[in-house]
Amino acid sequence: MLVNPIKNGIVLDHITAGRGMELYRILKLNELSCPIAIITNACSLKMDRKDIIKIDGNVPLDLDIIGYVDPGVTVSTIEDGDVSQRIHLKLPEQITGVIRCKNPRCITSVEQELPHTFRLDDPENRVYRCIYCESKAK
Amino acid sequence: MRSLIGILDLSTEEIDALIRVAEDIIANPDAYREKCKGKKLATLFFEPSTRTRLSFEAAMYELGGNVLGFSEATSSSVAKGESVADTIRTVNCYADIIAMRHPKEGAPLVASAKSQVPVINAGDGGHNHPTQTLTDLLTIHREKGRLCDLTVGFCGDLKFGRTVHSLIEALSRYTGIRIVLISPDELRLPEYMQNKLGSLDNVTFTETKNLEAAIPELDILYMTRVQKERFFNEADYIRLKDSYILTPEKLTGAKPDLSILHPLPRVNEISVAVDDDPRACYFRQALNGKFIRMALMLMLLDIQ
Repeated sequence: MLVNPIKNGIVLDHITAGRGMELYRILKLNELSCPIAIITNACSLKMDRKDIIKIDGNVPLDLDIIGYVDPGVTVSTIEDGDVSQRIHLKLPEQITGVIRCKNPRCITSVEQELPHTFRLDDPENRVYRCIYCESKAK
Repeated sequence: MRSLIGILDLSTEEIDALIRVAEDIIANPDAYREKCKGKKLATLFFEPSTRTRLSFEAAMYELGGNVLGFSEATSSSVAKGESVADTIRTVNCYADIIAMRHPKEGAPLVASAKSQVPVINAGDGGHNHPTQTLTDLLTIHREKGRLCDLTVGFCGDLKFGRTVHSLIEALSRYTGIRIVLISPDELRLPEYMQNKLGSLDNVTFTETKNLEAAIPELDILYMTRVQKERFFNEADYIRLKDSYILTPEKLTGAKPDLSILHPLPRVNEISVAVDDDPRACYFRQALNGKFIRMALMLMLLDIQ
């Protein structure tokens, strides 16, 4: 299978196999007008199978969301056909507006305009806690 | 400008300094009578509380300041749907420091983010209650003369008891702390807290269901209430409730210098027959709450 190289844009590589579509939806890539390629189950020496997303255009992406959904992703920025920047993501220290606190006793349950922000509490077990009530994210 | 939302907002050095000031207030009350002259404390109690609100108010009056506020949400604009942020911005126009109790967890954090004056969390639901923990620490220090090298038993509801969790977190920053967790299976300390304790070198902990057997080794016994609504069925509650009621008989094997603490209010978990025992500290503990809140307000208002 052949997907043409992109001249200016972004490549999300090393996505866990099967998570490509999830990232596509969460990042709302369907709202973009530029060409996008999603490759699933590509062969990988490191991961055996992986997904890749190629975006033919420089668009702002929320790296914290990508890091939360799939912390092993590599984000490469392509300029004039060359990689100008490569970022190896990890779990973000804090995420806002990605998940919602489900604790009915939390202040966010009654004050709708408050941002739902979570802080990384236990990186090993990937535990995030609400900054207001400290409930574990589910 | 600083606020106090959870006990871990304070370093152990700051806690030690607060205890020193509180003990100086107790020794030299006259020196503090006008320290907060012209200052106003707003007590924003979105849910009722006797002890904490009165203790904050008494503390500010004894420092020469004044108090304004409300004692339940129905007498505030919250009843009309006002947000915490808007209430705080308004109160900022009238007060120099705020003590806030709210039924929703995290409300004082929201308040502190919007406030131009210090906010003290006076209890947010089942979450934090840092001035209770400071009260407990001052009481332990006054009774024992130290916050290290102690065997501390926590008895009763260790699962939902916010005062227990906060005091364990605060004590686990000192050295030589041995914690004995005394509870029925249904009310054990949550696993994530046990894991945290297990990862610390300066703290050891053991678990037991038997209060009477644990008492002889304790320097401090921190009692909490075993509430009926925490059990899945009434039969278990009835079977277990008496095991966690402290009576003079259960104190037979206790150390002569044991200190018995309770955050109050008590229902029946400590028999009134224990009240006259000199080892019962819980009413002295309530008094200490006023002194440590005086010290805290001085610190947050940056008054020497």
